[in-house]
Amino acid sequence: MSDDKMPEATGPLSISIPEPPTRPGDAPDFSYIEVPKAGAVDCPPVDTKPEDMRDLAYSIVRVLSRKGEAVGPWAEFLGDDLNDESLLRGLKDMMKTRVFDARMLTAQRQGKTSFYTQCLGEEAIATGFQRMMRKGDMNFPTYRQQGLLIADGCSMFDMICQIYSNEKDNLDGHQLPCLYSFKDHGFFSISGNLGTQFVQAVGWAMGSAISGDDKISAAWIGDGSTAETDFHSGMLFASVYQPPVVLNIVNNQWAISSFNGLAGGRNAPFAARAHGYGFPSLRVDGNDYLAVLAASKWATERARRNLGPTLIEWVTYRVAAHSTSDDPSAYRPKEESDAWPLGDPLERLKLHLIKKGAWSEERHTQAMAEIESEVIAVQKEAEKYGTLNRGKGPDPEKMFEGVYKEMPDHLVRQRLEFEA
Amino acid sequence: MARMTMIEAIRDAMDVKMGMDEDVVVFGEDVGYFGGVFRCTQGLQEKYGRHRCFDAPINESAIVGAGIGMATYGKRPCIEIQFADYVLPAYDQIVSEAARIRHRSNGQFTAPIVIRMPTGGGIFGGQTHSQSPEAIFTHVSGLKTLIPSNPYDAKGMLIAAIEDDDPVIFLEPKRLYNGPFDGHHENAVTSWAKHEKGEVPEGHYTVPIGKANVVETGMDVTILAYGTMVYVAQAAARENNIDAEIIDLRSLLPLDLDTIVNSVQKTGRCVVLHEATLTSGFGAELTALVQQHCFKHLEAPVLRVAGWDTPYPHAQEWHYFPGPKRVGKALKRVVEAQ
Repeated sequence: MSDDKMPEATGPLSISIPEPPTRPGDAPDFSYIEVPKAGAVDCPPVDTKPEDMRDLAYSIVRVLSRKGEAVGPWAEFLGDDLNDESLLRGLKDMMKTRVFDARMLTAQRQGKTSFYTQCLGEEAIATGFQRMMRKGDMNFPTYRQQGLLIADGCSMFDMICQIYSNEKDNLDGHQLPCLYSFKDHGFFSISGNLGTQFVQAVGWAMGSAISGDDKISAAWIGDGSTAETDFHSGMLFASVYQPPVVLNIVNNQWAISSFNGLAGGRNAPFAARAHGYGFPSLRVDGNDYLAVLAASKWATERARRNLGPTLIEWVTYRVAAHSTSDDPSAYRPKEESDAWPLGDPLERLKLHLIKKGAWSEERHTQAMAEIESEVIAVQKEAEKYGTLNRGKGPDPEKMFEGVYKEMPDHLVRQRLEFEA
Repeated sequence: MARMTMIEAIRDAMDVKMGMDEDVVVFGEDVGYFGGVFRCTQGLQEKYGRHRCFDAPINESAIVGAGIGMATYGKRPCIEIQFADYVLPAYDQIVSEAARIRHRSNGQFTAPIVIRMPTGGGIFGGQTHSQSPEAIFTHVSGLKTLIPSNPYDAKGMLIAAIEDDDPVIFLEPKRLYNGPFDGHHENAVTSWAKHEKGEVPEGHYTVPIGKANVVETGMDVTILAYGTMVYVAQAAARENNIDAEIIDLRSLLPLDLDTIVNSVQKTGRCVVLHEATLTSGFGAELTALVQQHCFKHLEAPVLRVAGWDTPYPHAQEWHYFPGPKRVGKALKRVVEAQ
């Protein structure tokens, strides 16, 4: 290349270190999220080719309008699933999840457990999704999908005993609080290692399909953990083998103190990643219970009809701290959750049901009181069997059990040494 | 009885299990149509179909992660990692997931998965086709780690591994695939055709997990070895006229401690061999157990002969490999110690 054709020097090179638009003390700014009107996004047939529905990765599926009306093609897609009885059940599932979280948060502050993770503000996603799962299907959840269990009617007594690591803990104290395992409720043992289970869900679905079964699985991951290799591994295997799996990203904007831009979520929506792998994706208002039902129905139907995987990005906001060990006021504006443009999932469904004449403020207040009494009663019952460091707790010897199906000699010797 | 190489024996084990149990699935890089780079899965796809034996993308973490998912569904995946050196991307899935699912779910979920991988050097594979990573697996509670040294054991142990309800790491000493290599790389390869352990029964049989094999009985010294080092031990003892009791551990975890202790209490001397690097190797565990359980019987310090604490070198492969000469020296030191 001759000198006159050399590109001009542009000065020293640099990299981008992503920073959220606002920090504590700043006014919240959600201008980066473009919120379309409810009903504005098309609902394509479930066998639509990914290339014919790319726009759904860049917009947001919404059903509930600001006035609380169910509008647009996704409401129509729900068909018979959109009835008052079903929606009232959904409202109560969300209320119960929220009350449960509040009670357990307080219990942690009282020293009854070491650790708790709420899902405040995100209740619609798990409670709504579970409505489209069937007996025998399997969720591979994170620690913020307790709504799957609540919506499936899992015993809150069993959940609380696990959280308290007491003598009735179904996991005998082996696992951290909230990292439940409830096989009978299609709820896989939560690892606590981020992202590792995303690819396992894909493998589980492959197992089902290889066996000629009709069961599907669902993977769950947070926006922050999409950065993990396992997310991409799961996407790859889902793309290559086309198993019956729904891949859920709960984009609640924050991973402890890391905003989702640090996981690449501000360069393109997380939903867009499916198109690099050649399968469809939906980007959905996660605070809209009806949109959650509709998108879950769409993706699970695709899986059940052997049409392959679907990625869903649930757009929501982590109102709560990451966990009881976290203080969000140290890294984001305090008022940010109030400014969240997609509102509160519980209030939005409540408004819709009131508008339809299926619910009222009075009935809501009464239902809330009933749910609180129910949770408190179950909590008291669970506390009869102890809380962390109070009461008998799981038998210490049980730490040696379940490492292998049959205890090998070296562990037998260690258990004897422990007992001596 | 049929004569088989270790490759054929391993393939036969998968064939037998796939024929018996529809839940057994085999996958990994190049294992489908091509039958694997070492041909251990040759013909399985043709015989059992693409849903039972298939190729996987080059992503070990995903291969193991998806295998774990399948196992928790109820399948029995027997997966291949092309070289043990490539298993590290899958280490998190093995350690944090496969090994712990039973314990953390209190038995609700289990991961009966077999992860096969060729291990060890001797093929001029350099640092990426030669390593022996057994110690990074024996250190993990919840895993079983096996390493056969001959075709008969390879088949019986692999069948036992597939039938086992816990995750099993199955290390295949690649230098033994085609014959009982004793470290004398200057000699022509001897084939399994002339070795008694190259005789492999047809059909189903198992070699139980957790049982060592006393390859040779002797009075002077106990040699603890596994994989390729079993034959190196035999060569070194023979060439130095040492009456060694050679124990092929076969199953590193669970470990057959009784066989080890009985032998060392008899001989009073012990040399531990492995091809993996010395420091924090599995030999350290064996040495600690021997001193704990045989202290009063020991007449000499326990010595270890292992790979040097360097990456596995390419050109200097045979200087790195703990061959019969180095093993012989250690044997003499231990036997002659007063």
